[in-house]
Amino acid sequence: MDLLLSSFDIIARWDVIAALVLGSLGGVLVGALPGVGAAVAIAIMLPATFMLEPIVGLTSLLGIYGSSMFGGAIPAILVNTPGTPVNALTTYDGFPMTQRGEARRALGLAYSASFFGGIFSIVCLMLFAPVLAKIAPMFGSREIFLAALLGIVLVVLTHRGQVLAAAMLAFFGIFLQTVGLEGKGYTQRYTFGQGWLQNGIDLIVVVLGIFAISQALVLFLDKDKSFPMPHVGKKGFFKVMGELWIFRRIAVVGSSFGVFCGMIPGVGEFMSQFMSYSYAQSTSKTPELFGKGNPEGLIASEVANNSVPAAAMVPLLALGIPGEELTAMMLAVFYVHNVIPGPALFAEQMDFVLALYMCLIILNVLVVFFLFFATDTLMKVMLIPNRFLGMMILTFSLIGVYSLRNSLTDVFVASGFGVFGMILKRLDYPTSPVILGIVLGGLMEDKLRTAMARVKTPWDFIDRPIAFILFSMIVIAVLLHCWTMWKAHQGKKVDELHSETGN
Amino acid sequence: MTQKDDEPHVFPLGRKPGELLFCAAFLMFAAALLAMMGWQTSWLPRANLAAQPRLWPAISLSGMALFGFILWLRTRSIARTPGRWQEAAVWLRALEYISWYVVYVVCIPFVGYLPSTILFCVLLTLRLGYRSRMALLSAFGFALFVVLTFKTAFNVKMPGGALYDLAPSGLRYILIRYF
Repeated sequence: MDLLLSSFDIIARWDVIAALVLGSLGGVLVGALPGVGAAVAIAIMLPATFMLEPIVGLTSLLGIYGSSMFGGAIPAILVNTPGTPVNALTTYDGFPMTQRGEARRALGLAYSASFFGGIFSIVCLMLFAPVLAKIAPMFGSREIFLAALLGIVLVVLTHRGQVLAAAMLAFFGIFLQTVGLEGKGYTQRYTFGQGWLQNGIDLIVVVLGIFAISQALVLFLDKDKSFPMPHVGKKGFFKVMGELWIFRRIAVVGSSFGVFCGMIPGVGEFMSQFMSYSYAQSTSKTPELFGKGNPEGLIASEVANNSVPAAAMVPLLALGIPGEELTAMMLAVFYVHNVIPGPALFAEQMDFVLALYMCLIILNVLVVFFLFFATDTLMKVMLIPNRFLGMMILTFSLIGVYSLRNSLTDVFVASGFGVFGMILKRLDYPTSPVILGIVLGGLMEDKLRTAMARVKTPWDFIDRPIAFILFSMIVIAVLLHCWTMWKAHQGKKVDELHSETGN
Repeated sequence: MTQKDDEPHVFPLGRKPGELLFCAAFLMFAAALLAMMGWQTSWLPRANLAAQPRLWPAISLSGMALFGFILWLRTRSIARTPGRWQEAAVWLRALEYISWYVVYVVCIPFVGYLPSTILFCVLLTLRLGYRSRMALLSAFGFALFVVLTFKTAFNVKMPGGALYDLAPSGLRYILIRYF
């Protein structure tokens, strides 16, 4: 009880509440804008949060992170264009419902599913918090190294169909963090005698280039899209939300997948949605209607993606390991304020952790009420032309890049990464492995160096239970991937043989 | 399994124009950096392997080169979509917008943040093909919103323009401090 009161005391301040309200409403807005998304918004806001206290800065970013998926469902359902990448599966069943004239029902179900997913995951994590606080101190250097390695491996392997590109880009991210004056032996690494490279490549500059400037360039080079606005109807959202009770089994299981996947570094929304959607389809009485406007599919997608943000905060806060690009950016806020997330934070400042979870509960309630009354207005932001939106993103991104040090070099570096990110996006290559490579690469180098000082034989490295479990998970993940690839290859050969004999 | 352009997708399949070009360029970049390792990193004689400054550049660049090479091989084996050089031309076209961006930044210390931002937003809006009064007013309003929010209210660190020095002393302070 004391812990709860202490947590409440942390957030019962006007600046925290203001950050929460602005962050969450801003998150819904950027989510509803196809072509912006939470990553771009967080990248832009990141430098502005450095001047705020950690709880205020984090609350505003959490607001954007947790609420963007609510907003992203609006264009996904109404115009078949996901507002954020994680709303892609929502289009499968949401848009056909709109075409059937059930737009209001689809939106109401998406809001209620998102709300349920969000609250479910926060409640789960608040209940798990004491257990996590006991487990977190068991993580020493080698466990954190292995958890970071697991994060990189899973980030790569979960990019189905792009594993090679994801691996190549993750290694590129790891390389980027090695550039500059190395901290232990004070030797230069890939500085080419250039003074501006001695301090290394700034994460914020890379983030703004790869997420914000690249997105502006993508929009500039694309044609403007016009969306026919569907008729949404006048039926109340409250009535539709009650319908979620009929699909409670899918909601609970889908949210559980979200919590599970969110807690494992590198897995995140896509995998949880895939598992949730597959489960809903395989247990449905009407699996043939999936992809044709089945409310079960819509709910499976939305509960899974919205239960991830709260869970993704666990590896970040307990181990200092971000699971995906959004939490990697949030890690920068901690570092700027010299608050080092990790076992000590989780064990000693549990009130701070609980305060963040309380903020997530409040933002879910705020957002759902906001959407009840503002959906019709939000639909209008989809009318902003793409290329005009690109101009807005580019103008915003300057604040982040230039206000850091008023350095023209930073602008050139960010522009370079902007072009690089634009090429990756046009080729459908993932950008998150680069950012995770930068963040987790530095962590792995540091922890491996510390851990190896106490290790005599390779076996010593995994002779503690958690280290052994993490090592086993890495091996199993890689073997499972190889086995899946081999099976797919065999299946392809059989198909080719069949088609040859058929001809 | 084929993928239709008009269908939403989470995991894209197939080969896009310019993909092989990108893979080849990335592979060459990784190989060049790998070749420079001897003189761009150090090897400390008395330190153990984990403490070697060369270890992580070696791991990362080897990974880049290895996966880049496999990706290049795999990309070559997929039926190509025509339009490689057109795609490369699109990449180069992005440099025009980067130039706009750089000119905008260069102007700030001379013209000031508010005038630079208004000019950048309005002129770029015109360049993008929006000529209506509504579009230009929106661009102007947006520029004003950005400056008033970030420079005036949040006081983000932006240099005052040299042009502001021409203003009378009382106004000069306000312009430098808030705009």
